[in-house]
Amino acid sequence: MSGVRVLVGTRKGAFVLTSGGKRRNWKVSGPFFAGWEIYHMKGSPVDPKRIYVSQTSGWFGQLIQRSDDGGKTWHQPGLPDQGLPAPGPPVALPNRFAYDTSAESGKPLTTHLWYDDTQHPWEFKRVWHLEPSLTDPDTVYAGVEDAALFRSTDGGENWHELAGLRGHGTGSQWTPGAGGMGLHTIILEPGNPNRIYIAISAAGAFRTDDGGVTWKPINKGLVSNFMPNPTAEVGHCVHHIAMNPARPGVLFMQKHWDVMRSDDAGESWREVSGNLPTDFGFAIDVHAHEPETVYVAPIKSDSEHFPLDGKLRIYRSRTGGNEWEELGKGLPDKDCYVNVLRDAMAVDTLDDCGIYFGTTGGQVYASADGGDNWRAIVHDLPAVLSVEVQTLK
Amino acid sequence: MSEPERADTKTVLVSLPYHLRNLARVEGDVRLEVPPPVTVGAVLNALEARYPALRGTIREYSNGKRRAFLRFFACQEDWSLEPVDKVLPQAVAEGREPLLIIGAIAGG
Repeated sequence: MSGVRVLVGTRKGAFVLTSGGKRRNWKVSGPFFAGWEIYHMKGSPVDPKRIYVSQTSGWFGQLIQRSDDGGKTWHQPGLPDQGLPAPGPPVALPNRFAYDTSAESGKPLTTHLWYDDTQHPWEFKRVWHLEPSLTDPDTVYAGVEDAALFRSTDGGENWHELAGLRGHGTGSQWTPGAGGMGLHTIILEPGNPNRIYIAISAAGAFRTDDGGVTWKPINKGLVSNFMPNPTAEVGHCVHHIAMNPARPGVLFMQKHWDVMRSDDAGESWREVSGNLPTDFGFAIDVHAHEPETVYVAPIKSDSEHFPLDGKLRIYRSRTGGNEWEELGKGLPDKDCYVNVLRDAMAVDTLDDCGIYFGTTGGQVYASADGGDNWRAIVHDLPAVLSVEVQTLK
Repeated sequence: MSEPERADTKTVLVSLPYHLRNLARVEGDVRLEVPPPVTVGAVLNALEARYPALRGTIREYSNGKRRAFLRFFACQEDWSLEPVDKVLPQAVAEGREPLLIIGAIAGG
């Protein structure tokens, strides 16, 4: 019997929402890790019972949690659940993200650009995004702030930096966005384990074709008028990138103004904002079965992070951009001043593709018909930071 | 361990904030065996060895320093800025008073 499991990370804990294939009746579990910021949670596409969580707090730092039973129970990978730990030095350090400063890893950086144009030390703050491998449940990537890419191959027990990203040459020009310099997007290309796309706010998009050893910026075609050189190689504030797995190399980007598209794995980008009433926003995603159907959640402006005219709307293009239609049936028509953050939209892979998004007002909305109709499946969660969906078959 | 060393090991009380008690899966104050000299550093070492889930939550992984939103108190004195190898008061070393690890009441 099919169903869905929606993983919701909020500012005060994690929630797991489950439903059958019709997506009508929902069970809400949680809060897990109550009181902690859950920046992201995502399940392994290989083992749906395996879920990874980024649990973070300004007081107590970063933790990684893992479930091996579909979200019923959780543990920090590699650490004893109860009782005494094994004698000797620790084997598992699931919460340690140490920047690689070895000379062998290739030009390790220690500073990046700061808001005032000075150089600022690289400092770990939190994990923004977790991306489980497409082929191995024990392999998972972590995008962190200050921007770097880490990988674990032992189920999250230990993490090692893919230092070639920070070391490829442009890192000293990367700057933080308003929310910090986070590596927020990681896309693993199906069928090509050597190709990974990532995006950083506010450095731009990057790609590796050798499994993370070497990297290159892929920002040609992006225009960012807030920069002295609007078409610079790096420095663009990319908010999120989405790709349909059936169409590798075709990417859709929501950046700080502009919705963009690439048909050549990021080698070049063109604007596809078209008739959107505003092309500022954070979230973007692609229909599971229609690679030319794209969804965005427009926000009024970079100064006012809420929907136009107090109406919460999703926009859909069935032509891969440029022609957009407003979707609002079941969404608030007035007095709605919430935001949809960059990792807070997801799609399931059921035949009638479901679309989900969460808001900073604590609602999670779902459409079981590709966006034609919406309903809130929960109303009053803490501010939603991320939404992911597992399709259970 | 020799008999004289075992006799010198102290039982220290540590009071943890709510979230760290949850992580360590304890209720109330934690009792730890800490060999002398009983310093803040020695207590934290013993705490993290006994409860690995607390590694990185009190001291930064990167430099071992106290996390900014936590402070240490002992015998009604603020020990947050004291050197970590400074010997704690006798009352703490003998378990009559706890070492308090307190989170800042800040933010929402």
